[in-house]
Amino acid sequence: MDDFLLTLVLTLDAAMRVSTPLILAAMAGLFAERSGVVDISLEGKMLASAFAAASAAAVLGSPWLGLLVAIGVSCSLAMLHGFATITHRGDQIVSGVAINILAAGLTIILGLAWFHRGGGTPSLANDERFLSITLPGVDIINHIPLIGTIYRELLSGHNILVYSAFLIVPLVWWVVFRTRFGLRLRAVGENPAAVDTAGLSVIKLRYKALLVGGILCGIAGAYISIAHNAQFTRDMTAGQGFIALAALIFGKWRPYPVLSACLLFGFLDAVAVRLQGVTLPIIGEVPVQLIEAAPYLLTVILLAGFIGKAIPPKSVGVPYVKER
Amino acid sequence: MDDNKYAIELTDIDKRFGPVYANNKVCLQVKQGSIHGIIGENGAGKSTLMSILYGFYQADSGQIKVFGNEYHFSDSHQAMASGIGMVHQHFMLVDNFSVLENVILGCEGGSLLNKGLALARKELTRLGEEYGIKVDLDATIESLSVGAQQRVEILKALYKGAKILILDEPTGVLTPQETHDLFRIFSALKQEGVTIILITHKLREIINITDNVSVMRAGEMVAHRETAKTDREELAELMVGRKVLLQVDKGQSNKGEALLKINNLSVCDKRGIYRLKNVSFDVHAGEIVGIAGVSGNGQGSLLKALSGIIQPTEGSVDILDHTMDSNHPIQPDLLRHYGLAHVPEDRQRMGLINDFSASETAILGYHNGVEVNQGLLLKKDKIRDNCESLMSAFDVRPADPDLQSRNFSGGNQQKLILAREFEKNPDILLIGQPTRGVDIGAIEFIHKRIIAMRDAGKAVLLVSVELDEIMSLSDRIIVLCDGQITGNIDAKDADELTLGMMMANAYTGEENET
Amino acid sequence: MDRNTRINWINRLLLPLLNVLTAFAATAVIFLLIDVNPVEATKILLYGAFGYEEGIGYTLYYATNFIFTGLAVAIAFHAGLFNIGGEGQAYIGGLGSTLIILAIDPGASVWIFVPASIMGGLLFGALWALIPAYLQAYRGSHIVITTIMFNFIASSLMVYLLVNVLREVGQMQPQSAFFPSASWLPFMHNLFANFGVTIEQSPLNLSLFLALFFCFLTWVFIWHTRWGYAIRATGLNSTAAVYAGIKPKQIIILSMCISGALAGLVGINELVGYQHRLLLDFHFGYGFGGIAVSLMGRNHPIGIIIAAILFGILYQGGAELAFEMSNISRDIVVVMQALIILFCGALQYMYRPWLIRTLAPIQEQSHG
Repeated sequence: MDDFLLTLVLTLDAAMRVSTPLILAAMAGLFAERSGVVDISLEGKMLASAFAAASAAAVLGSPWLGLLVAIGVSCSLAMLHGFATITHRGDQIVSGVAINILAAGLTIILGLAWFHRGGGTPSLANDERFLSITLPGVDIINHIPLIGTIYRELLSGHNILVYSAFLIVPLVWWVVFRTRFGLRLRAVGENPAAVDTAGLSVIKLRYKALLVGGILCGIAGAYISIAHNAQFTRDMTAGQGFIALAALIFGKWRPYPVLSACLLFGFLDAVAVRLQGVTLPIIGEVPVQLIEAAPYLLTVILLAGFIGKAIPPKSVGVPYVKER
Repeated sequence: MDDNKYAIELTDIDKRFGPVYANNKVCLQVKQGSIHGIIGENGAGKSTLMSILYGFYQADSGQIKVFGNEYHFSDSHQAMASGIGMVHQHFMLVDNFSVLENVILGCEGGSLLNKGLALARKELTRLGEEYGIKVDLDATIESLSVGAQQRVEILKALYKGAKILILDEPTGVLTPQETHDLFRIFSALKQEGVTIILITHKLREIINITDNVSVMRAGEMVAHRETAKTDREELAELMVGRKVLLQVDKGQSNKGEALLKINNLSVCDKRGIYRLKNVSFDVHAGEIVGIAGVSGNGQGSLLKALSGIIQPTEGSVDILDHTMDSNHPIQPDLLRHYGLAHVPEDRQRMGLINDFSASETAILGYHNGVEVNQGLLLKKDKIRDNCESLMSAFDVRPADPDLQSRNFSGGNQQKLILAREFEKNPDILLIGQPTRGVDIGAIEFIHKRIIAMRDAGKAVLLVSVELDEIMSLSDRIIVLCDGQITGNIDAKDADELTLGMMMANAYTGEENET
Repeated sequence: MDRNTRINWINRLLLPLLNVLTAFAATAVIFLLIDVNPVEATKILLYGAFGYEEGIGYTLYYATNFIFTGLAVAIAFHAGLFNIGGEGQAYIGGLGSTLIILAIDPGASVWIFVPASIMGGLLFGALWALIPAYLQAYRGSHIVITTIMFNFIASSLMVYLLVNVLREVGQMQPQSAFFPSASWLPFMHNLFANFGVTIEQSPLNLSLFLALFFCFLTWVFIWHTRWGYAIRATGLNSTAAVYAGIKPKQIIILSMCISGALAGLVGINELVGYQHRLLLDFHFGYGFGGIAVSLMGRNHPIGIIIAAILFGILYQGGAELAFEMSNISRDIVVVMQALIILFCGALQYMYRPWLIRTLAPIQEQSHG
């Protein structure tokens, strides 16, 4: 029984780490879509920020500077998306796809030109990364059965970006539902004409929303390359930006349900990884490719299955044109 | 004090949208504390003028004075600050917000919401009592009736300090009872010194409620009158520019057998709300049945159900020899095949495809037919010929089959759609809002054609919000209110009073319209 | 020239041209960022694509793939859908062609093999698009996300199949058995040799003609049949399409399946016409390239052919560039794809107001 509990706790622990970038990216998508802009480019922003963080950390020697540069790059891409979709009212999905492909190619090209390592960045030393933090009192609480294990394995020992991701969710909830900015944000996603006639700028609000999303994606990307790993490698985001979008839809654009969706994903993914090499009845040994494909299959099942018709913000995907 | 006796003074306002001259040297003076009406047809420039006053658009040239002070509004915020509030034709409300949240949007009084909400609650309660405007502050907009939503818009403007209230076509979506309530609110506001500007095309309301009226026509201000010294006929003539014939020449109807029988039809929308409740009536060959009623009372659902776009929830419809009900739905293309044609209420959204050429729009709904197909392929020359003959039959201009549908004027688009449906020689014709946004010359042409179809023995179902059109074209008039039939009379027994009472079915008190 | 004609010229020619030029200019900026002379790079690129006979063959061979995926994306666009699943559909289409070839008796004639392998590619490509299409039509699942997921799933599936199922005993590489020679689509250089004309060896094969044929078929289908009419109507105005008796759910499925089928033909060029066995990642990059090609070609077969040739030039020239310069890889072509999608897609109307103001201004009418 103890063994099972320990395995469960360790799996949850892994789940937290896997869901961190999903949570951050999903929150970024939440701001964009709540304001009425579809953002398919979460993936591209994360990838570009991962590269930026790893490169900057390697060159400047500090993970915090890496994080800062990552946020800067992510916000620039967010502004590009805004320029195409808000100012020029271009197709939001095409713009998102363009940014994703741009990030995929540019990260390799720049990586090759700057580091000559076939597209990756140099391996980072410990002081150039975000390392795990041991929460105070681990030794003391450790002696308490069960709670000690949970405290030691599950809660303590994550890096600061993981803790930030989980703390950001209540912050996002508060901003969206308890502040003036949040009220205006939700209004612009539902009825931009109402916002316009109230004397507010629809354009500025949407740009702000994308900017917030840019910051969050920057953190997500930095997490992937300099916290979770120690360098940037080609295509390292592996579709997490899209999974985050699916979690956003599954969570009906509300912070806490979206958090639950991301955690669900993280948990299922962690379980799938544990099945590697395990022999199940009937199926036999689970093929490693099935485990690799698990998150994508789960995404499709989630989107197909239980949601029914998720109702997005009313004006999502539609550029705002002053009507005559 | 004499200098400020005008709340609004507009001098030589000019505004162009590309080649369209929306406002041409328009002048207007609105006395403080009065109710001032601005009337004109569709496209006369009334809404543009008011949008300029409200800061939504900027005039190309001209002067705006509010309470004697000159202003140049670059956005609505500035207009609101000078005391102007606007209630739009299509409400500017966020459906899933509460009334309170909608009111404070844009003037939240701080970056955190709770203070602003508390303040708004106090103030709105006070305003509600002062002007007799009743609304549940915590209700979400989507749960409120249309009349209540309008009251929210008025409260919103008053909360933001409006001393001048502009209302754009406020009664188009109201029942007569709700209109009566609205006018009561106007009186209360006027007593407190609020100036009201009313934009409308309804002559009856102008006469009833306003002190002064200004008439716009084709972008120009053509007349100002004191309401007490004018009447509907004079205003109509000023609006249109010539004597308006409100009756169409129509002979006796030669009624045949019932081609369309509607039996206890009920229709729900996507959310499960009943839009049409237990409706039964027949349409005979050689007869025009007109459906009257304020928009939103089930007419749209009726047309969609009869044309096969949505299926009946309960009840059935007999179309010639075929029956349609919830277990046996019939698709639009099959109904066309059986001899039913449909002119939709909203031509832009449903009746044509802007990016298609006129030829392609001319076969919309008929693209599977043998007339335009040979084997697997469409016959381009036959499609073109078809369009040319439709255009000549209904005088569509320019008569260019290759021109994109969006490049035709509203009237010509409508004529093309009517030609498409009429020339198929259907047995049953469903027609929705045939003359919406169409100029006067085309209206007379269209009315004549509808009568011609009826005289050729077709069963015609006509839906229109224009009471005059219904009364002049129909042989029999049915009134829909809240999805139910509240009146079913011979056209010769109908007048505006009777129909108005039927449209206000929910109201059992006295009818105040005179 | 009256105003409407001017606007037509602007929309159909000037605007797309300016957009493409902007994409190239942006690429030049990136070259500068990585310390490469853009003029040098362009010379090498064009040399690689045209400078020698073999290069031309490669250029056209790449273009063939882009024609297939460009048509695929275009058909979906006409229905108002964005098919980003071309990568996966091309991959699985190749699987389909492979399975059919390996299942047929090796002694059968080429007249059985080739049509069968084409059918296999079409069928499997369509199948891979069917599930996302069905989920969008009947469950409202966002097709962009599901098709991208299916790209990833295709990758994993194919690795599994190639490593565990299709790999021949004793073979180290993850690849299938060799196709019997009767199933091969002839190379162009062999075909020309039969007529006594010598051209350099290259992967260019008869699939090019197949691609052009499908361009013609697509053109006829979209603009000259009632199903094409229904697809275009749905894409432009789904409310009017419903009014016309068109069923949107059917259109979603129809257009996506045709789209997937077309993408599935990449395998004919790559596998049946060149590699003659199933390989990992033979399809790589053509799916996304199809998006750029379709946007650049404005969803019309003629534009797609031109854009596909351009992309063939970029691919082959890009290979030459990567060969000549040690600090550029072929990913530079990916960057150019992205810039084309950006400027010819998302920002396609960026220059339009300025162009219209300058070249086709409104004459002020005097008010009578």
